[in-house]
Amino acid sequence: MIKISTTLKLAALASVLVLAACTEKPKAVETAPPPTSMSNTTTSSIIPGSAEDLRVNVGDTVHFDYDAYNVTDEGRSILQRQAAWLQKYPSVRVTIEGNCDERGTREYNLALGARRANSVKEYLVSLGVSASRVDTISYGKERPICTESDEACWAQNRRGVTTITGGANS
Amino acid sequence: MKKFALALFALMAFALGAVVPAAAQLRVDVTQGNIQPLPIAIPDFIGSPQGAQIAAVVRADLDRSGLFRPLDPKSFVDKITDINAIPNFANWRVINAQALVSGQVQAQPDGRLRLDFRLWDVAAGSQMVGLQYYTTPDNWRRIAHMVSDAIYQRVTGEKGYFDTRIVFIAESGPATHRVKRLAVMDEDGANPKFLTNGSYMVLTPRFNPTAQMIAYMSYIGNKPRVYLFDMETGKQEMLGNFPNMTFSPRFSPDGNKVVMSLVSGGNSDIYVMDLRTRSISRLTTDPGIDTSPSYSPDGTKITFESDRGGSQQVYVMNADGSNQHRISFGGGKNGTPVWSPRGDLIAFTKQAGGAFRIGVMHPDGSGERVITDGWEDEGPTWAPNGRVLMFGRTARNGRGSSIWSVDVTGRNERRVITPGSASDPAWSPLIQ
Repeated sequence: MIKISTTLKLAALASVLVLAACTEKPKAVETAPPPTSMSNTTTSSIIPGSAEDLRVNVGDTVHFDYDAYNVTDEGRSILQRQAAWLQKYPSVRVTIEGNCDERGTREYNLALGARRANSVKEYLVSLGVSASRVDTISYGKERPICTESDEACWAQNRRGVTTITGGANS
Repeated sequence: MKKFALALFALMAFALGAVVPAAAQLRVDVTQGNIQPLPIAIPDFIGSPQGAQIAAVVRADLDRSGLFRPLDPKSFVDKITDINAIPNFANWRVINAQALVSGQVQAQPDGRLRLDFRLWDVAAGSQMVGLQYYTTPDNWRRIAHMVSDAIYQRVTGEKGYFDTRIVFIAESGPATHRVKRLAVMDEDGANPKFLTNGSYMVLTPRFNPTAQMIAYMSYIGNKPRVYLFDMETGKQEMLGNFPNMTFSPRFSPDGNKVVMSLVSGGNSDIYVMDLRTRSISRLTTDPGIDTSPSYSPDGTKITFESDRGGSQQVYVMNADGSNQHRISFGGGKNGTPVWSPRGDLIAFTKQAGGAFRIGVMHPDGSGERVITDGWEDEGPTWAPNGRVLMFGRTARNGRGSSIWSVDVTGRNERRVITPGSASDPAWSPLIQ
């Protein structure tokens, strides 16, 4: 999540402003640190409206607390950027992948992953994204991105990932 | 895949008349937690090559049970040369055998195998069992398991569980991109077969009561749904047509229903589908996670897990969804309840103190006992006699999963032989 924040681009900031303008109640959004210089050259080749654009410039992942499925404050700011980006590229369709750490039984985690994916979807929809553009899937604890059995890894694995399933630029 | 019932044709079993069975004194009580395994001599059966192979499988079965101690054939001072002669018991007493198995395999003119075996009480000098089987030569392992089951049953008074199969998930590849395939094998790990090719993830398989059908969850087309796999035809069929994830399937004891979880609006509730009419009924309605349902053997109740009270706990309800009540109060989180085929216990996964362990308790929640001590043990499944459990054990740091068995007493914990990493075992009933 730190990585995502540090690669936040000006374009995404602009999107947040657009979003703020069209929602009834402006919300305080935490501003992430400015982009680091190393990414300036690499991101210039990213096509706006592409999957890479979402992943690198907006942030495609939100994280959850242990055995929880409510979107955190940090998650909200990422999803607000995602919502703005999705408003900007209205043909894009996404699937929210709900994931869990290994510290739950298999079926419970499938259910928990479904809750997490649904929380992300509901928040995006509350920000004006059409529900018909957002699908969900739970992978439970079956798709870890980090395999060490410690809290640092588990925190990374407790995540909702917004993946593009159609309509993106490429 | 051939139907098991067809493969084992013309099975005959009857007491041989050569020796009058005496009242046996030999007895092993499987309910005790610290019994001495029974020393048993199982010489190679007469007739090659299957005679030696079958005896080896019987020795391995009985040894694995933890209730028997098959003696090393090298220690034998006598051998069986005639299945119909009374053994010289003194020669088996001298090596401290308490039981003796004699057997013979003969090829029949029609190509089938005929197997005769007898179980002897060495101290009493009497026959305990005499049985005869016919089968096709490729079925010799099943005959061996049936011999093991007959010995187990005669000595313990409980039905055996060797002539059974295990459906499980075969795992390969790195933890971040694990390939999970549906697989099936004999209870002793022999004859493993992959039923899916690994191009999509498969989880939580369970047998129906005839072991001809498997209910499981599959990610075919990236749509996680409950499927049925027909062992006879090899065909897979999505169960129902639901807009969201279905998971956690398990058959009713009569095989006519599948109880499972359906997701709607992010929430998981338990439903039951009648396989004959495909009609579906909802059993739980609360906003908590309700999953892992498992019927009582008489079909009147269902145990399941729910976090409706704030944490994952084991509940019991009537099969129509009425009278839902929590039964786990032993501390920690408790889930994946599975009702014993005997009806007397519910096995479950307990999460407490940073570890996942297998426990058992009575259906009213009393008498809780934790019977394993792994770091992440989960998903128990019962042998058809309710005396042994298998479960999945995950190693730390993504180093793979394995299947283990343990007696309900907590003793005799053993790793089950699988082709590579494996998880989600489900035990079949005794094969018909």
